[in-house]
Amino acid sequence: MSTGTPPETAPDAETIAAHGLNEEEYALIEKRLGRAPNMTELGIFSVMWSEHCSYKSSRIWLKKLPTEAAWVICGPGENAGVIDIGDGQAAIFKMESHNHPSYIEPYQGAATGVGGIMRDIFTMGARPIANMNALRFGDPAHPKTRHLVSGVVAGIGGYGNCMGIPTIGGECNFHSAYDGNILVNAMTVGLADKERIFYSAATDVGHPVVYVGSKTGRDGIHGATMASAEFDEDSADKRPTVQVGDPFTEKLVLEACLELMATDAILAIQDMGAAGLTCSSVEMVSKGGTGLELDLDRVPTREVGMTPYEIMLSESQERMLMVLEPGSEDSARKVFEKWQLDFAIVGRITDTGRMVLKSGNTIVGDLPVGPLVDDAPIYERPYTEHALPAPLPTAELASAEAPMEVLRKLMASPDLCAKRWVWEQYDHMVMADTIVRPGGDAGVVRVHGSQKGLAISTDCTPRYCAAHPETGGAQAVAETWRNLTAVGATPLAITDCLNFGNPERPEVMGQFVGCIKGMAEACRALDYPVVSGNVSFYNETNGVGILPTPAIGGVGMIADIDRMARIAFANAGEQILVIGETRGHLDASIFAREILGREDGPPPPVDLASERRNGDFVRALIEAGRITTCHDISDGGLLVAVAEMCLAALADGREIGAAIDLPDAGMPVHGWLFGEDQARYIISADAVSAKTIIEDGGKANIPIKVIGLSGGATLTLGGTDAISLRELQRVHEDWLPKYMEA
Amino acid sequence: MTLKAAVIVFPGSNCDRDVKVALEASSGAEPAMVWHGDGTLPDCDLIVLPGGFSYGDYLRSGAMAATSPIMRAVVAAAKRGTRLLAICNGFQIAAEAGLLPGVLMPNASLKFVCKDVLLRVESSESPFTRNYAAGDVVRMPIAHRDGNYFASENELDALENHDLVAFRYCDADGALSPAANPNGSARNIAGIFNRGRSVLGMMPHPERLADARLGGVNGKAMFDGLLAALA
Repeated sequence: MSTGTPPETAPDAETIAAHGLNEEEYALIEKRLGRAPNMTELGIFSVMWSEHCSYKSSRIWLKKLPTEAAWVICGPGENAGVIDIGDGQAAIFKMESHNHPSYIEPYQGAATGVGGIMRDIFTMGARPIANMNALRFGDPAHPKTRHLVSGVVAGIGGYGNCMGIPTIGGECNFHSAYDGNILVNAMTVGLADKERIFYSAATDVGHPVVYVGSKTGRDGIHGATMASAEFDEDSADKRPTVQVGDPFTEKLVLEACLELMATDAILAIQDMGAAGLTCSSVEMVSKGGTGLELDLDRVPTREVGMTPYEIMLSESQERMLMVLEPGSEDSARKVFEKWQLDFAIVGRITDTGRMVLKSGNTIVGDLPVGPLVDDAPIYERPYTEHALPAPLPTAELASAEAPMEVLRKLMASPDLCAKRWVWEQYDHMVMADTIVRPGGDAGVVRVHGSQKGLAISTDCTPRYCAAHPETGGAQAVAETWRNLTAVGATPLAITDCLNFGNPERPEVMGQFVGCIKGMAEACRALDYPVVSGNVSFYNETNGVGILPTPAIGGVGMIADIDRMARIAFANAGEQILVIGETRGHLDASIFAREILGREDGPPPPVDLASERRNGDFVRALIEAGRITTCHDISDGGLLVAVAEMCLAALADGREIGAAIDLPDAGMPVHGWLFGEDQARYIISADAVSAKTIIEDGGKANIPIKVIGLSGGATLTLGGTDAISLRELQRVHEDWLPKYMEA
Repeated sequence: MTLKAAVIVFPGSNCDRDVKVALEASSGAEPAMVWHGDGTLPDCDLIVLPGGFSYGDYLRSGAMAATSPIMRAVVAAAKRGTRLLAICNGFQIAAEAGLLPGVLMPNASLKFVCKDVLLRVESSESPFTRNYAAGDVVRMPIAHRDGNYFASENELDALENHDLVAFRYCDADGALSPAANPNGSARNIAGIFNRGRSVLGMMPHPERLADARLGGVNGKAMFDGLLAALA
């Protein structure tokens, strides 16, 4: 047997560098091959060893995250994480970034990000049932921001809407740190039969390898390598590395795959995402401990004359690779032909431990599989610890601005304003199981045909992560946990999408390490493991990094959707209670940034014990049917949370305002109203219930305080300072559409 | 008595299951799910063209589905008087197939829009709308990019003269303001009948608010009415 085709000349230094490989990495490739690689082989090593595919800078740290719990069926390492949700069912989910492509070509970049994450989910045998996203854009005043928002939102909608999967919520924030490098993180949750989950390990020697879906084109070549490098002024030239999405084809691939998965034909399956045919085939055989032979002439291509290099590295979308049970090829082919999709047997599984690529009668590539995966370099990159900043002097956080005026400004600020302009472009109701629509604490979808609900929330507060990564990492996890709790769900597990700058810079690596430490601590304290995730480094342009942004996607279970809570005030005349302690922490708050123009100081401390205690208390109240209105307190603090509860009621057609008391003496008014102390919720209850809730809280060591009364057509503060709900709604709703139209 | 319904499934249909669930909830009977390539229709009293993105909306929304094999049978059945409910993409397909006048253009905003809207029921004289009263204001969701109903002035006048407008976008008081029109549709039209009132095409999704847990049941009245009329 041949051992491949040595190149006529070894690749030169420029070619090697263009493939994102350094000298040591290239030397290792030659050593493993026993010769110089040809261009196809170099390309394959390049993508497999890219940061995006190999996690070479993050791997040692990711191991520190807890990944196990009794309900975890499959943790990180597969296409997505799998958790048990009872009744023989499993929820499968993951979040992934598509940052660089979305900056270069916002519509297609965002669309294919959504398409890619949905593929990860249905590859495992799940029907996607909900999409979420976490978006970070630059300063609204930056000349590119409007164009990016418009394209990204349309792209997300364009793909998800056509697929018929509801997009039920997410985040959309703005900060100048993202001016040159926006973040587009997409999450999908799917539902599967626990006994019919599909994995990628190809263990069956001699079995056919089948390619299905779209044809392979020249788009997206080296996307994974692009995603592993910083940006500069010439990045727009990389537009051809962005893939073009075809959601209609993906809808057909989804239906065809699920149809075939209902039979026993598929032994292993992997979608072609980053690094396309290369990464999918290598992952399948490396997990299976096997090898494979691919006949590149059989790969369906969009145009003639594509080279082995292009075929192996194309990131054309909507493609899958599967290993079939021998004898089922014809029945499988019929399914894909029904859905008018390409179906081609392109190779077979071998026991050689090598990936052999053929074209015509020639072997155009022959690589050992092990080194592609196991020898991928792992770096223990140097990092600097980020110390907790000293608190700002109280005087520096004081403001003469009237609280109601502050509220107006915050409610109309880019981060806190209504995001209706965004989510009305997403079909959030298709599948007819959306129980909580966008705009609340967590989106909730019903598990089809049952009383169960899945609650989903994506969160991260990058300014906290920048101020102190460890606290910020813990806070991001805790906030998703709190948002799930606020609807009455039991939080089960998270997926993460870790967006950072260049890990070769010690301060960035320190942010990453700190965030991981904080996340791990929170996951352990809240019994809330990580089951899937993605790392996106090199989010910087011209050497300026983004804020550290470990976006967390949490999933929780609601046993009975008739026992849950919503953010909108349900009745007038109820007492409004704050659960959790209010200390008035204004450092690193939205108030400090929007009103005082400061972004320094420490983030609010995250006390995971009280987080858990307060949350468990609130959830028990909801599960017992004692409360139906609940909202967590986060960005903007207490008064913003109350305002959101009034506005949610108004949107539901109920004019229910609130009269909020001023704080006790000794507590600064702004700190009380706008401080961002963690582990807090607002609930409302009639006077009799409120009394017993306060008593129960006292016994359980839960701080609870009555802060006012619901009702009226205004939000009133201290009995005098009032804003009408209609006016509040106008300020809250106006900013984004007006900005986008300007 | 049961309601014999057939839901046509095109490549890219994605509200087929939703309408199936709503039909089942009202009638207790499972509709036949008919693959577009089959070419033959089962014996049925009601055909549904569901929402979605048949053929990815490529070429023009509904244009390709309108020429698919099953549509010959659908058009023939509709012409014989079999009731046809065409929702969203189904409305686009029915218009492209010539079963209803006019076309659905891209929304005036040029953006996809998904939200609840208020509709004024214009006519209760049909098996689809018999459970509503003319003048009722009902809430249903829309979710489309191409829902901007357009027809010539003569066609619009003819629709009105023959009482063939089923629903119009309105405000809470039933008034037809431009602000209540989510997509720029001519004369705020959200749904229309054919001359025989056996075909209803509408952009809003009654199947999405046919279950109290989803936030409302105004759509359920349509399926209940079809059961009462046809079963």
